Amino acid sequence: MFDSLKDKLQSVFSGLGKRGALSDSDVDAALREVRLALLDADVALSVVKQFMESIRKEAVGAAVLKSVRPDQQVIKIVNDGLTEILGGDAEPLKVDVTPPAVILMAGLQGSGKTTTAGKLAQFLKTKNRKKVMLASLDMTRPAAREQLRMLGEQAEVGILPEDDKQTPIQLTKRAMQSAQLQGYDVLILDTAGRQSIDDGLMRELAEIKSLSNPCETLLVADALTGQDAVNTASAFQSRIGITGIILTRLDGDARGGAALSMRQVTGCPIKFAGVGEKLDALEAFDPARMAGRILDMGDVVALVEKAAEAIEEEEAMRMAQRMAKGKFDLNDFLTQIRQLKKMGGVGGLLGMLPGIGKMNKQLAAAGVDDSMIKRQEAIILSMTKKERVSVGLLNASRRKRIASGSGTSVQEVNRVVKQYQDMARMMKKMGSKAGAAGLKAMMGGGSPAGLPGGSSMDLDAMAKQFGSAKAGGLPNLGGMPNLGGLPPGIKPNRKK
Amino acid sequence: MSWLKRLTDGLKKSSASATSQLTGIFTGKKINADTMESLEEALISADLGVAASSKIVQELAKKYDGKSGDQDELLDALAVAISNILKPLQKQLLVLDTYHPHIMMLVGVNGSGKTTTAGKLARRFSQQGKKVVLVAADTFRAAAIEQLKGWAERSSVDILSAQRGADPAALVYQSIEKARQQKADLILIDTAGRLQNRTELMEELAKIVRVIKKLVPEAPHDSLIVLDGTVGQNSISQLKAFQDVSAITGLIMTKLDGSARGGALVALAEEFELPIHLIGVGETAEDLQDFNADAYARALLGLPLDE
Repeated sequence: MFDSLKDKLQSVFSGLGKRGALSDSDVDAALREVRLALLDADVALSVVKQFMESIRKEAVGAAVLKSVRPDQQVIKIVNDGLTEILGGDAEPLKVDVTPPAVILMAGLQGSGKTTTAGKLAQFLKTKNRKKVMLASLDMTRPAAREQLRMLGEQAEVGILPEDDKQTPIQLTKRAMQSAQLQGYDVLILDTAGRQSIDDGLMRELAEIKSLSNPCETLLVADALTGQDAVNTASAFQSRIGITGIILTRLDGDARGGAALSMRQVTGCPIKFAGVGEKLDALEAFDPARMAGRILDMGDVVALVEKAAEAIEEEEAMRMAQRMAKGKFDLNDFLTQIRQLKKMGGVGGLLGMLPGIGKMNKQLAAAGVDDSMIKRQEAIILSMTKKERVSVGLLNASRRKRIASGSGTSVQEVNRVVKQYQDMARMMKKMGSKAGAAGLKAMMGGGSPAGLPGGSSMDLDAMAKQFGSAKAGGLPNLGGMPNLGGLPPGIKPNRKK
Repeated sequence: MSWLKRLTDGLKKSSASATSQLTGIFTGKKINADTMESLEEALISADLGVAASSKIVQELAKKYDGKSGDQDELLDALAVAISNILKPLQKQLLVLDTYHPHIMMLVGVNGSGKTTTAGKLARRFSQQGKKVVLVAADTFRAAAIEQLKGWAERSSVDILSAQRGADPAALVYQSIEKARQQKADLILIDTAGRLQNRTELMEELAKIVRVIKKLVPEAPHDSLIVLDGTVGQNSISQLKAFQDVSAITGLIMTKLDGSARGGALVALAEEFELPIHLIGVGETAEDLQDFNADAYARALLGLPLDE
C-alpha cells in the first residue's frame, strides 16, 4: 500500500525538481497522501483534520533542502511534528510523594489493565526501588483478581488479600490502610473494566479516585484501537481526569494511530508502552519511534535527514577551502556561530561532553551562555555586507552604529571583532602549515575539536582520532577555554 | 429485536456518531462532492477504512451526484449499499450432525473475547440439545482456564483442560479422542490469544491444526476468528495472518455494545469474502447474536431499524 503511496507522490512531484520554499500546492498535494496514511493507521478523523491544519501552517513557506523533493520535505516536517506532539510534556511517574503513592489504573475491558498493573509493579520495584502493593478492585470479574494475584506473586510484590464481600470502595479504603500500615511506597489500584463506557463504571471510578487521591491516574489503552480511541479517551478524561496513558500491545503490527488520537484528545503524555506478555515487557514510550510507525514513511524521513547532513558537510567543506586560502571573513564567522546555536548552543554542546558539569557553571559565571551567541549574531548582522568582508573598514563611528543597531555596546562589538581576528589568524596559520587536505578532513569528517594553540598537530590524525561523527564545521566557542575534543560518536542535538 | 436496539443504542453513545454530524448538511441542497465527502468521512469514522469507504461512496455518487438531495433517502441508499456487501456473507453458525463430532476452533489476538465467546457458544449449542465438550486450550493466560470452567459450570457443559503451561496441541489431541468416546456432538476449542506477528505463537497454532487433522483430516470444520469491534484497520492484518495458519471459515465480531462501530467488518468483507456468523453486543450469553446484514448496516449509520 505504501509503495503505491510513494509512487503517487513521485508522480505528483516528478519533474518539478524545484528548490526554495514550500508552496501551498506542494504542501496540499503531499498532505493529501499523509492524510490517507494517518487514517490507515487508525488516527481518528477529527485528530487527522486538526493535525493537518497545524502542520500545513508550519510547512507552507518552509525551506526545501537541496536534492530533496518538496513532498519529501513535507513528510519530514510531518514526521517531526508527530514526534513533537507525541512526546510533548513527557515526564516520569510522580511516585515520590508521601507514601503510599497511589496509582490508579483505568481503561476498558481487554485493554490490558491488569497485566499492565503487574508490569508497572515490577518496573517500580526494580527500576525505582519502591516497595509496591497491588490491589484489585475488580469485583465483577473474579478471574481478574486471580490474574492480578498471580502477577503479583511473579513480580514478588505485595498483594492486598481478597475479600469477596467488600465493594470496590471498601476495598480501596482497606488497600490504603494496609499499604500505609505495612510501609508500602506505592499502591497500584487495578479497577474493573467494562466492555463499554457506562455511567456506573465512571461513577465508581470517580469515587475511587476522590477517595484514594492518586498521584497518577493512568488510562490503559490498546494500540490496536480504531477510530473509537477518541471517544474512550475523552470519556475517561472528562469523567475521571487522567494524568497519563499507557499504550499496550505495541508488540503487535498495528500502526497505532490511537496513540496520536488519545494524546491529542486528552492532552496527557503517553508514559509507557506495553510490548509483550511478560512482566518486564514495559518500555518507556518513544515518541520518535511511534511517529515513524504511524506515518510509516521512514525511508523518506531518513532520506531528508541524510540530505540535511550532506548539506552541512558541503558547507563545512566550502568553509574549509576558504580558510585554507586564508579567506575567513565575518560571514564565515557568522556561519560558525549559527552552527553552534543549532547544536543546542553552548549548553547543549557542553551537555554532550561527559563530566563537564562543573565547567558549565564556571562558564555561566563568566557570562558565556546562549544569549551571548545571540548577541554576537546580532552584531554581525548589523554590519554591512562590505564590512563583513573587510573588517578593516570598521572605524569607531561604524562600530558605534553597529552597537546601536544590534542593541549592544561598542565594547561588545570590539570583542566580536577581536574574536574574529584571533580565529582568522589561527585559521591562516593552520591552513598554511597543515594544508587544505588536513583541514578538509577535519571540517568534513571530524568532530568540533577545540582549536589547539600550537598548530604542529597532524590534522588528518586528529580527524581520525575523533571518529566520523559529523558535526560539521568548527564552532568557535566565543573565547571559551579549549574544550579538548568531543568524544567520537556524538551527534549534535539539532534544535528545530 | 432487543439486541438491535442495544446495538443502535451503543452506536448512538458516540458523540461523533456516524451520521449525527451529517444532519442538516445537505438536506434540500444539491448532492455534490462535499456531500459525498462528508459521507465518506462518516464511514471512515466508523472504522471502514479509507479504501472501502471511498469505494462505497463512489458507487453512491454515480447514482446521486447532481441530484437534489434528500438526506434520508441518501442514507438509506448508503445502508443498502453496505448491506449488499455484507448480505452474501451472512451465515448462521450451525453444529452439523454429519461430522460427529463437529470440531470448532476459536482463534484470534489476545483480548478479542475468544474465551467468553467459547463459553457463550457452548451454552447456545447445549441449549439446542447438543452434547458439547469445551477444550481449554489456552494454557498460557493466567486465569483463562478458570474463566472457561466458570462458563462450563453455568451451562452444565463438559470441559477438558490441562495444567497451565501445558502443550495445547497435546491437550487438543487427547480431548478429541475423549470426546469421540463420549459421543459428543461438538468439540469447542478455545485457543490462546496471540498477536499475528508473533511467529512462534502462530507456529504453535499451526501445530494444533496439524494435530487435529491427524485425527480428523477434514477438521477443524469451523475455524472461527474472533475480532474485537473496537480494533481498527489492524483487523485486516489479523485475518490475513490467521487465514494463512488456520484456514479461517468464518468471522465473529465482539464488543459492539460500546461506542465503537466495528466498521472494519465491511473492509474485511470487501477483501476476504468470508462468512460472518455472529456479533457480540453485550456480556450475557444472549448478547452473542446471529449476524444480520441489513440491521447491522442501518445500525452502523445510526438509522432507525425497519421492522
